[in-house]
Amino acid sequence: MKHTAKLKTGHPYISTTNACKLCKPLGACIAFRGIEGTMPFLHGSQGCATYMRRYIISHFREPIDIASSSLSEKHAVYGGGSNLKLGLNNSIGKYAPNAVGVATTCLTETIGDDVSMLLREWRVDADAECPNPEIPVVNVSTASYSGTHMEGFHAVVRETIAQVALTDVPIPESADEDIKIGTKPLNLMPGFVSTADLRHLRDICEDFGLEPTILPDYSDTLDAPVMAEYEKLTSGGTSLQSIRHMPQAIASIEFGRVLSACGDTGGELLQEKADVPLYAMGMPIGVRESDRFFNTLSRVSHRPIPRRHDLERGRLLDAYADGHKYLFGKRAIVYGEEDLVVGLTAFLSEIGVQPVLCASGGSSGYLKDAIAAVTDGLLREAPQVRDDVDFFDIAQDALTLKPDFLIGNSKGYSFAREQGIPLIRVGFPIHDRMGGQRILHLGYRGSQNLFDLTVNAIIAKKQRDSPVGYGYI
Amino acid sequence: MEPTVLKGRETQIYRKGKEPFAIECNKQSLAGAVSQRACVFCGSRVVLYPIADALHLVHGPVGCAVYTWDIRGALSSGPELHRLSFSTDLQERDVIFGGEEKLKNALLELIERYEPKAAFVYSTCIVGIIGDNLEAICNQVTEVTGIPVIPVQSEGFKGNKRAGYNAACKAMFRLVGTGNTSDISPHSINILGDFNLAGEIWIIRQYFEKMGVQVVANITGDGRVADISRSHGAALNVVQCSGATLDLAKMMQDTYGVPFERVSYFGVEDMAEALYKIARFFKDDPEILKRAQLLVREELSVLYPKLLEYRKDLEGKKAAIYVGGSFKAFSLVKAFRLLGMDVVMVGSQTGTKEDYEELQEITDEGTIIVDDSNPLELSSFLQEKDVDIFVGGVKERPIAYKLGLGFCDHNHERKEALEGFEGMLNFAREVHSTVMSPVWQFMPRRTG
Ligand code: SF4
Repeated sequence: MKHTAKLKTGHPYISTTNACKLCKPLGACIAFRGIEGTMPFLHGSQGCATYMRRYIISHFREPIDIASSSLSEKHAVYGGGSNLKLGLNNSIGKYAPNAVGVATTCLTETIGDDVSMLLREWRVDADAECPNPEIPVVNVSTASYSGTHMEGFHAVVRETIAQVALTDVPIPESADEDIKIGTKPLNLMPGFVSTADLRHLRDICEDFGLEPTILPDYSDTLDAPVMAEYEKLTSGGTSLQSIRHMPQAIASIEFGRVLSACGDTGGELLQEKADVPLYAMGMPIGVRESDRFFNTLSRVSHRPIPRRHDLERGRLLDAYADGHKYLFGKRAIVYGEEDLVVGLTAFLSEIGVQPVLCASGGSSGYLKDAIAAVTDGLLREAPQVRDDVDFFDIAQDALTLKPDFLIGNSKGYSFAREQGIPLIRVGFPIHDRMGGQRILHLGYRGSQNLFDLTVNAIIAKKQRDSPVGYGYI
Repeated sequence: MEPTVLKGRETQIYRKGKEPFAIECNKQSLAGAVSQRACVFCGSRVVLYPIADALHLVHGPVGCAVYTWDIRGALSSGPELHRLSFSTDLQERDVIFGGEEKLKNALLELIERYEPKAAFVYSTCIVGIIGDNLEAICNQVTEVTGIPVIPVQSEGFKGNKRAGYNAACKAMFRLVGTGNTSDISPHSINILGDFNLAGEIWIIRQYFEKMGVQVVANITGDGRVADISRSHGAALNVVQCSGATLDLAKMMQDTYGVPFERVSYFGVEDMAEALYKIARFFKDDPEILKRAQLLVREELSVLYPKLLEYRKDLEGKKAAIYVGGSFKAFSLVKAFRLLGMDVVMVGSQTGTKEDYEELQEITDEGTIIVDDSNPLELSSFLQEKDVDIFVGGVKERPIAYKLGLGFCDHNHERKEALEGFEGMLNFAREVHSTVMSPVWQFMPRRTG
């Protein structure tokens, strides 16, 4: 139960001030945009869809169209089925998507709309009204009064696998024909990473001769080039065809130590139902976690780690050596989505930074163990780990913890400003900087990027605070 | 080009000149149409949240509260409670067993922690369903804490943004009439419908004060609970923007006999007219009008030469406008004209029939007028008209940039003051800096 701590006067402390999480449907919308030609559709009132669009735009700086069933009072009382169907027909007619991703909201979960049933009904009598009644529709239940946007995100991955890869259409016998000669299909479920991360992951896999199906992959849809003609649904994303082939991959790799502790993931489904071996690991941030990823790729592809990645690893270690003195003993507060916090903590502990607080608005219950696992043997003092926190909690803790810097999304800015300490921006949302959507975090190269950002933030602060103003460091 | 207008929306679009004017509006957004509109909750939050010494607690799951956390630029000269995001963060068990207990505890806790002058409790979609009795809880908390604790009936699905304005006005109206008015001058006004984005209300206040008119309450930018509670003592309500606070002005007129005038502070003409209108209202003191004239003259003598510089470059360029309220759209049409530019499309999320009528009167032949539009329509209009600059809010921005054309944020998130005479200069500068940027020359729209 959240906030059992009492204030001095004895009121139970139970509200949230400046939340460190977002609601489930938002995560679902982002993940749906990672599937080719998929229109995210929120079954709820108009406001949710508009708010989420606005919020996602402020990070990605890209158009993202989210349809809504725009429920009104009448529907709240009598059920939203009719508007769901009308809305589907309208958005399919106008956007001509390849698929629709329907996510529920707190409203429709509470009024108890049975979306699977409504969709079956819609299919039966859609023909006359719907321009494309055969269209795949993936639906997820995303009640916003439990969990965070990450649960919504992962639900889309799991349900897409369940509803498209494992049941949708029988897999054609000659499925292998679609796969390039000499490459091996691999499933990669990286979680909520940046668009640059997604592109980098694809390159890495290809360097091992692997053909990855990355689910979801919004690297193009949410980081697209300018256009001469407006694209209704930005192109790119995991193709439905490749999702249908996921059961035939040689292996699945899934990032997220917390995710795998929670279980019931897309990768597990593929393992159970289609015998695809699953390699679950943390986000590859830092040398140790990246090594796990690269070694796994080497194992599944039966190829050694390509030289260029070996060199990148070497360069990263070289940078670790060059910069270590600026970092040793520096105190950091890390916050954000649970798995990202775990990855960042792994990295920080490697470079000699002491994470003093690892905080998340999520509340899986597995954060602490995951942090202990990735910091094993690196830290002289275990960090405080707190889940289900908001920024009020973080700020309160920070008063005694006296961090040297914060690392997390833009939402820590006001606190960082108050304290006069650097904020290293990673994660979501980053809406007070350009390029937040394409910060590279993963692999040796991503770690290199994070390392440079971190050490330079420390050096800049040192310069700023110095009475002398050394121009040479 | 393929038609991008959805069936069921044709009547919400009008092209000037073709047929006699007709437009439908104030309708529930069409399901699946990707409206740019928000909800009742959003409407009420927009209006109330700039009251900086009040607590704004969102009763519901966490989403609604976080998506509205400090995203708008309403500045305060003192307390900044409005910049925080408070939520009861309802969980599954609250949905089943009700959230009243949690709400009460949250209020007690937060009021003790922040000592606000009042508290607003916003209901969200889900609260409307589970049926928590906000009124009762608020009353109980008022009793314990001694501050006004006011429920805002803003369930998201109970209409559109406009209904949210109304909910906000009703909530504020409970404060009005509770404060002391004894020291208020007969030449006094309240500023309604300005949210002090980028400090705009400070510009406007200063004009009125220079004219010798006392400003009693800012409603709601840089707003204070105590000011609002005595705002019924002002001689006149000056209402900006078409929708947001008009309801409050009407309630104050009916109950306290305070008349109101509608104005706009955007653009030279409308700004000057706003000042004259107020001056004419206080005709018992002709000095006020004289001071207003002097003020306008002085401001214009500085402004015009600078505007002409921008106009040289901007002459003949094309602009499209899509904003929340249509009142703002009128001023923008005039402001663009002053810069020598043509407005080829204009629309709003919440315009009324009369608003659109007026728009079609002041626009040129061929101009597209649209109500409650969506990205597909907007993008097709922008392309069809080969627009140089699009004016809108954050949701419109990526549409413009993706198509390789200029953009000006004229919504609640702007960081640049656009009101008043100096605001007009900022506006011209912003328009100029985006329209004239060389980056568009490289865009596929131009280069093929
Ligand atoms: S909390 Fe509920 S109502 Fe609010 S944005 Fe999320 S889904 Fe919509």
